Amino acid sequence: MLPNLNKPSTVKKFKLYCLVVSMISMLGFLSFAQDGDEAHVNAHDVEEQIHDEAHVMHQEEAEFDVAEMIMHHIADANEFHIAGDLSVPLPIILWDTIEGLQFFLSSAFHHGHTAVDGFVMDHGIVKKIKGDFPLGKVDVEVHHGEVMYNGHHFETEGKSTLIAGSSFYDFSITKNVFTLLMSCGILMFIFIGMAKFYKKGSMVPKGIYSALEPLILFVKEDIAIPNIGEEKHAKFLPYLLTVFFFVWLNNIFGLIPFFPGSANLTGNIALTFLLALITMIMTNVYASKTYWGHIFNPPVPMALKPLMIPIEIVGIISKPFALMIRLFANISAGHILILSLLSLIFIFKSLFIAPVSIAFVLFMSLLEILVGFLQAFIFTLLSALFIGLAQEEHH
Amino acid sequence: MEMEGMMALKAVGVGLTVLGAGIGIGKIGASAVEGIARQPEATNKIQTAMIIAAALIEGAALFGIVAATFLV
Repeated sequence: MLPNLNKPSTVKKFKLYCLVVSMISMLGFLSFAQDGDEAHVNAHDVEEQIHDEAHVMHQEEAEFDVAEMIMHHIADANEFHIAGDLSVPLPIILWDTIEGLQFFLSSAFHHGHTAVDGFVMDHGIVKKIKGDFPLGKVDVEVHHGEVMYNGHHFETEGKSTLIAGSSFYDFSITKNVFTLLMSCGILMFIFIGMAKFYKKGSMVPKGIYSALEPLILFVKEDIAIPNIGEEKHAKFLPYLLTVFFFVWLNNIFGLIPFFPGSANLTGNIALTFLLALITMIMTNVYASKTYWGHIFNPPVPMALKPLMIPIEIVGIISKPFALMIRLFANISAGHILILSLLSLIFIFKSLFIAPVSIAFVLFMSLLEILVGFLQAFIFTLLSALFIGLAQEEHH
Repeated sequence: MEMEGMMALKAVGVGLTVLGAGIGIGKIGASAVEGIARQPEATNKIQTAMIIAAALIEGAALFGIVAATFLV
């Protein structure tokens, strides 16, 4: 039985939070579309170095590059790669200062073999070619930011940014944006239906609702009430539930290696930044007088105040910052680990290592399912803790 | 060559971070088990406190790893 979810006001608030979170998430579009090749730069350096060495030692070019493969899987992309040349295309939305708005599917790039109006796809990510490049569709060869066309050499531009005034803006629905929208849809479908179901006055849940009720009660009774308190938790419960299920669902989606999953959404720093930012806003907007008193007038001797006040102010930022880094690094580390263990087969170039590698990957994957839940739990728990600390009244 | 030196330093940095986190989480785990053995009825409270402390340590360790691998 969920006494608090029966109240229509809580149901309404939950809907509102779902809406607000999904709307704010959409603001994250820009950063998603653009931060994809951040990790790529690093991989690029490593790749370059390995290639140079290979040239020096006159080795074969077709060497398997683990770092590059892993970074490619972790980074965002403009298509869902399945196998070989098979992939699910995603919409590309570009705003070019010369050409204006462009909208087409990423399949137009033919996996990087075709340039469309001066844009190419380099390892799954859309890039703009520098200099005078013919418009329309032309056949090209793309490799790590370098484009070969008609025997001429072209370079590609860096990612589009709002601040540095790039010549194009990338609003594409990438893998991460697609997964974000899909998980928002799934969460809204399940939980709005569930809220309606309880609103009708039913006490016994059915179907998937009976699996989710204990989890909702878990968030309420083991996370919200102990950390925020019996009287005030109702105001924050909708947010905590939203963030818990959102993070959990996306952690699990990230572990699915094929189409609907495979995007590394919670291992994307833009998303974790956004979630941590929402927690920070919740903490500070609803904070009590005592909380601000502790920051600007800490109960310490006068001589220590110049030292304590800056520390307390840094504390406002550092707590959500740690939340952001924790989720991002945990999920990314899990993906890196699974992929590195899988790469053992190709590093040793031996079939006999495969059973060992697969056993490790299986173990890690199962562990990652636990970690996915644990990280969602910890994110929610620490959010509740920070909110609760800011709620404390003087006594 | 310089690149290689940087990579080696990064690896050492990551190793040190993991060492620190390992010691920290190990100590928390030891104390938690001790506490639970003494007071089995307080298991739930101890577990929650343990997870929070472990998460904080892990956060610091992961920050070190991220700084070593992505930023430098």
